[in-house]
Amino acid sequence: MILKKQPSSILLKDGLILDPYVKKTYKGSILLKNGKIDKILKQDYPQDATVFDCKDKVITHGFCDVHVHFREPGREDKETLETGCNAALSGGFTRVCVMPNTDPPLDSPESIRFIIEKSKNLPVHVHPIGAITKSQEGRVITEMGGMIKAGAVAFSDDGIPVSNGQVFRLACDYASMFGVPTINHAEDPCIRRDGVMHEGTVSAELGFTGNPDIAESSMINRDLEISQLTGVHLHVPHVSALKSIEHIRKRLELNQNITAEVTPHHLYFNHESIRSFDTSFKVAPPLRTEKDRLGLIKALKEGIISCIATDHAPHTIEEKEADFNEAPFGMIGLESCFGSVYKVLKNEMNLLEIIKLLTVNPRKVMSFETDLFKKGVEAEITILDPNREWIFGLDYIKSKSRNSPFIGESLLGMVNGCFSKGNYFFLS
Amino acid sequence: MLSNRHLLGLKNYPSQDIQTIIDTAFQFKEVLDRPIKKVPSLQGQTIVNLFFENSTRTRISFELAQKRLSADMVNFSGSGSSLKKGESLKDTVQNLAAMKIDAVIMRHSVPGTPVQLTKFIDAVVINAGDGTHEHPTQAILDMVSLQEKFGSLKGLKIGIVGDMLHSRVARSNIFGLTTMGAHVKLCAPPTLLPSDLGGFPVNISYSLDEIIDWADSLIILRLQLERMGQTLIPSVREYRSFFGVTSERMKKHGKPLVIMHPGPMNRGIEIDSDVADSNQAIILNQVLNGVASRMAILYLLLSKKNSEESDRDEQKLK
Repeated sequence: MILKKQPSSILLKDGLILDPYVKKTYKGSILLKNGKIDKILKQDYPQDATVFDCKDKVITHGFCDVHVHFREPGREDKETLETGCNAALSGGFTRVCVMPNTDPPLDSPESIRFIIEKSKNLPVHVHPIGAITKSQEGRVITEMGGMIKAGAVAFSDDGIPVSNGQVFRLACDYASMFGVPTINHAEDPCIRRDGVMHEGTVSAELGFTGNPDIAESSMINRDLEISQLTGVHLHVPHVSALKSIEHIRKRLELNQNITAEVTPHHLYFNHESIRSFDTSFKVAPPLRTEKDRLGLIKALKEGIISCIATDHAPHTIEEKEADFNEAPFGMIGLESCFGSVYKVLKNEMNLLEIIKLLTVNPRKVMSFETDLFKKGVEAEITILDPNREWIFGLDYIKSKSRNSPFIGESLLGMVNGCFSKGNYFFLS
Repeated sequence: MLSNRHLLGLKNYPSQDIQTIIDTAFQFKEVLDRPIKKVPSLQGQTIVNLFFENSTRTRISFELAQKRLSADMVNFSGSGSSLKKGESLKDTVQNLAAMKIDAVIMRHSVPGTPVQLTKFIDAVVINAGDGTHEHPTQAILDMVSLQEKFGSLKGLKIGIVGDMLHSRVARSNIFGLTTMGAHVKLCAPPTLLPSDLGGFPVNISYSLDEIIDWADSLIILRLQLERMGQTLIPSVREYRSFFGVTSERMKKHGKPLVIMHPGPMNRGIEIDSDVADSNQAIILNQVLNGVASRMAILYLLLSKKNSEESDRDEQKLK
């Protein structure tokens, strides 16, 4: 992936334009002028534009991931804002929200400003999510107002559950006056214990301490009740269990202000993968049963879960080459996202619906602009070849880390190009 | 001679291979009765006993087996290990592999580490107990002991009593015994059993009396108080009254059950001394059979290597 500066006039020519905002698919070309959408046209192409031939390709909105870990500041050996953005772009993402569990955590207006400043000239839009509590200790809520002014778009102690219900209630109460979402990594620490994988038949056989699905579902249920009480927009991250889906379904039926996301790895793998003892499958919340996996797909089809987020979590190879208990939780996911998600969902939903899960819907969660093909909007465009089968491998990883369980997997659908913040890459 | 190069666990391990190991163990048991208890089978082979977790009997049993087969061996032990000093598992074992070894006997506190080891080095790996996952050589010696006592494993009724949740011995025995046609019932409180036993071909009973009535033999598991990071039973007293193989309970039934225990025993908790030391118990036979079984396993996995290498040498000479 070689990143270049966008010429002043660009013609994305003869592609299949898939606009998830107006929910329409049609053949045509898009003209960009000075990095902005100028018009969509089918003929009378301007002579001066630099042409990118998009024949047999899909032109759509740049993807948006509301849940990534870029490790800066503190663990730049795993990822930096810059390498994270490269990983994002190569996966078709033009906009990401970075989680605050850095070292030190993003728990003050100053640290939010650091991210905004540091990512200003990077080719992807980076939005920091602020910590809910100071030092992510789960005790005192952060200066949310100042952090929003500095650029925070949501609040979460991701990686660490806010286990004290009263503190989470206070945080939701307070956040509700700003109209931003709160996000809680829902895993009850007492029920979860030191579980390293899903509690079930496989953990019983392998002898691992299990992390049962109710650790997640019971805390999600608590959070849903707190959201109802406080009126805050609750966004439920990385839903992994069927039992959690049932709680969310009931709340949506009451028109509560909630949204939920699912990761590509929970859609693609189940706990049987752990039989290999490969630590790249170790993730929190854990990969669960086939029934849970199919339940997550169904929840996407029914709109109970409205977006896909990668929870891109880079770790060094040294850390991951430890024994299974010692190895850290998490896997990278930006580069393999579309190919894995499309492979799993192809026979379940149409391409337009799948693209919505990666574009309009996550942007809605964070109140970002969703009508991206409107004249004058800064270009955030992704070019795809949905029919391309490919084997995911190290060559495709732009992250600084390579802890991916998708290595060696055959994926369907490839990102061929991205136009974002005045830069682009394009594979013809 | 065996279909797998390593011995990592008994889940999905072929029954004919288990039988081959058992039969070979009986042959080696004869060697142990000789005045000179040593054979040259593994001369020139180097084995590392890599014990990341404390062990007395398993390590000594393996060492004796290696000495009696004339193998060269090196011991590495250390709980906590160099991993805690920041070295990765991969680095530790690759350092050892660089020293040209033929086999690694590995014990570790975390499930799956012997499996991971096979990806890092090119040597035969034998699992000597990985956390609460498997302990295949213990199950083999248990099966040798049972076959010695009953003549065959097929149709035998085995009750496994106690802390199955933390027991690698129980897991390996369940897979091994059921593969060989024995029936297994577990007896423990629900807090000492995995929540989902769907992957195990076993039945459960919460009544020890019922198990005693049913079984031909009991394998009694140690109450692993050190692994219970939380209180999984209300008290030792209550455990003993419901699941302890006490002399009163055994007298009440008056049944000549064969009593086994992988050791070390908590006398007076899961088993009474009277029972452990009685004629019914074959606990010390298990220990002797342990050496013979491990000799059989080492011989079957490593002498194959000998013959392959000599084939290669012959080829070179031609």
